[in-house]
Amino acid sequence: MLTIHYFARYREQLGLEHEQLAWQPALTTIGALRELLVVRGGCWVELAANNLMCARNQELCNLNESLSDGDDVAFFPPVTGG
Amino acid sequence: MSIVVRGELFDGGELLNAMHGRHQGVGAVVSFVGYVRDYNEAHAVHGLFLEHYPGMTEKALAAIETEARARWPLFTVEIVHRVGLLLPSAPIVFVGVSSAHRQAAFEACAFIMDYLKTRAPFWKKEHNGITQQWVEARASDQHAAQRWSGET
Repeated sequence: MLTIHYFARYREQLGLEHEQLAWQPALTTIGALRELLVVRGGCWVELAANNLMCARNQELCNLNESLSDGDDVAFFPPVTGG
Repeated sequence: MSIVVRGELFDGGELLNAMHGRHQGVGAVVSFVGYVRDYNEAHAVHGLFLEHYPGMTEKALAAIETEARARWPLFTVEIVHRVGLLLPSAPIVFVGVSSAHRQAAFEACAFIMDYLKTRAPFWKKEHNGITQQWVEARASDQHAAQRWSGET
């Protein structure tokens, strides 16, 4: 099982804060997970944005990061704190 | 506690004054306070809502502190960042560092802010009384953070 969190603009566009997804061996990277989400179509194509940021288990990473069953993944737009 | 994420107001002067004297050998304290502007890119701002990723935020700030300590000899590092609804002129963030000498303190404070702005999971949404919009990340913030990479 994967837990996926969405923040800021994506949380609003998707109308979803988080969801759980059954683990699939094909989800080798966060990039593969993003592709699976984007093909849902409609508002989900928002996740195809070039400047999408992501985290695995609460640490910033890139789309090449490996995924494992039980991971906590987050997708969000560029950060704007400070 | 050196890293705090909270909704309540903080007193930057009080935080700054508390930094001196915590350790022997402090010769320099540098601090930065970021405030909500009442104007941003030619439109009025009535308030900001700051969203964050609880859990990751604290870890990201701790990692930034660890990296700063690996680069400069620092005594105290204090980071306070507010979340939730903030009004114009309200303080958003306090970063304070103490060191034996000024150069380390100046550089570490700038480094922490540059990394916080590009790596800590906070998002600002502006309200102008009628509409709301998410604040866009600035390329200048990315450039500011990139100047530290390649240095040791």
